[in-house]
Amino acid sequence: MRKHAALWFLAPALSVIAAFFFVPVVASVLLSVTDFDIYAVASFANLRFVGYDNYVHLVRDPLFWVALKNTAYFVFVAGPLSIGVSLAAAVLLSAKLVRFKAVFRTIFFLPVITTLVAVAVVWRYLYHPRFGLLNYGLSFVGIGPVDWLGDPAWAMPAIILLAVWKNFGFNMVIFVAGLQSIPGRLYEVASLDGAGPRRQFWHVTLPMLAPTFAFVTIITLIGYFQLFAEPYVMTQGGPGQSTLSVVLLMYQEGFRWWNMGYAAAVAFVLFVIILALTLVSLRLRGGAPMAVAEPGRESAR
Amino acid sequence: MKRVTLVVVLHLVLAVAAGVTLLPLLWMLSASLMPAGEATAFGHHLLPSTVTFEHYRALFTRLNLARDAANSALLAVAVTLISLALNSMAGYAFAKFRFAGRDRVFRVLLAALVIPGQVAMLPLFLMLREFGCINTYWGVIIPGMASIFGIFLIRQYALSIPDSLLDAARIDGAGEFRIYWSLVLPVCKPILVTLAIFTFMGTWNDFLWPLIVLTNGDMYTLPVALANLVGEHVQDTELMMAGSVLTVLPVVVLFMALQRYYIEGLMSGGVKE
Repeated sequence: MRKHAALWFLAPALSVIAAFFFVPVVASVLLSVTDFDIYAVASFANLRFVGYDNYVHLVRDPLFWVALKNTAYFVFVAGPLSIGVSLAAAVLLSAKLVRFKAVFRTIFFLPVITTLVAVAVVWRYLYHPRFGLLNYGLSFVGIGPVDWLGDPAWAMPAIILLAVWKNFGFNMVIFVAGLQSIPGRLYEVASLDGAGPRRQFWHVTLPMLAPTFAFVTIITLIGYFQLFAEPYVMTQGGPGQSTLSVVLLMYQEGFRWWNMGYAAAVAFVLFVIILALTLVSLRLRGGAPMAVAEPGRESAR
Repeated sequence: MKRVTLVVVLHLVLAVAAGVTLLPLLWMLSASLMPAGEATAFGHHLLPSTVTFEHYRALFTRLNLARDAANSALLAVAVTLISLALNSMAGYAFAKFRFAGRDRVFRVLLAALVIPGQVAMLPLFLMLREFGCINTYWGVIIPGMASIFGIFLIRQYALSIPDSLLDAARIDGAGEFRIYWSLVLPVCKPILVTLAIFTFMGTWNDFLWPLIVLTNGDMYTLPVALANLVGEHVQDTELMMAGSVLTVLPVVVLFMALQRYYIEGLMSGGVKE
């Protein structure tokens, strides 16, 4: 009887996940070996099997490599930067001497819960070369006006800065939890052994945070590879494709030009890259911490 | 003396960091209240010379954003309620029922967390088109009705419910659904609140999927409407800031009211070895 009950409790959620996640994921792989285009959108009769043609096309498509390079730039600069800022904020917040911890934590966390599209719109204006607050601030330290979103060299750094601001509070909270779980005894022993604050940080805090680091790295990696709304709202991938990301390319190919077979190949390659990097970071850190999806990140089910 | 200096420096650093963090949001609010053109006027006004609500009025009258706000609210509430029901049932079953293949199914679900949602989006769009769900509320609701993350969160919490409690209820003759409804759900209330906040905010803030599945202005959610407005009204800084405030404010208020649940949920669900 209880066996039956389990089925009834599981069936609704599992059938939704199966029908609207697992089936589409498998279908996506199948889609990527067809020439699904605008004619197939009109009628499935125009659909043809093309084998790995889409993947050959992808490897030869300069736009794909540009998108991949841009996304890698974003992930490997914004990622470490975000994690570094998060750790610094967490260490500061965890200092015994600090008062009003809850207030500071709330303020630092606030950007995390804000709507990405809305803050991307706001930052668009902050980055305005003539009226923007950022250039206004920089003018006081004698730095000339930078055309943040109009200059191919600066557009990606601008998006990285926004991403760090938006996201550091999330990992900060995880790090604070990690710091709290380090037994105070370890610091007492270290200080008896004559280790100063700096050596305590390097030899106690950082090693003890290793599992937290693994978790934070994977979550950040997966999230950042899905870069989309920032360039969509701020630059539309420009200038000169300098902020075109892999997901933006997938969106444009799939839902603007209806090259859905090709877009599915792009999506599948994105998945393989994320999977490979996740496995590598798990292997590097040793052990297998339980990775849990980031609840704040949208469109990642 | 040295200790005092350290305390002052620490708080100074934190205060500056907090100021920098808040600045974009404060400027957004301030600019949304400025008369048209003032935010981009020379002299870099940080505060409005006179406070005006004309841009908010324009959003609701001329631009019909009230409709999009209602869409956002309706979708976020619907997805939250439905997914809470489905996820809590499944999470409870994974935690407290013994059946063949339970752990294997659960592991497969966890492993699937690494698959980015975008992989499913193209076929999902075609599927929902066959069902006639494109540009309908169902197009957004259906894929959000259950989530692996939600099931995981509930399961971890429900594991701590003592079996003796459930067995006692069974001996008293309570049916399985009754036990779930009047015993398990109340016990799980803290985690349900946490998951509700996560889901509500996630749905409210979601962009890519609504952008794909909602094709008509009447059906847009606020983020999609806002992204659309940028194209037409990029010169109207103050108007765009009002639109951003309107989009962000509900989640900020919700977070402020319930942040204890949010942060604690994050810390408990976050790091598990």
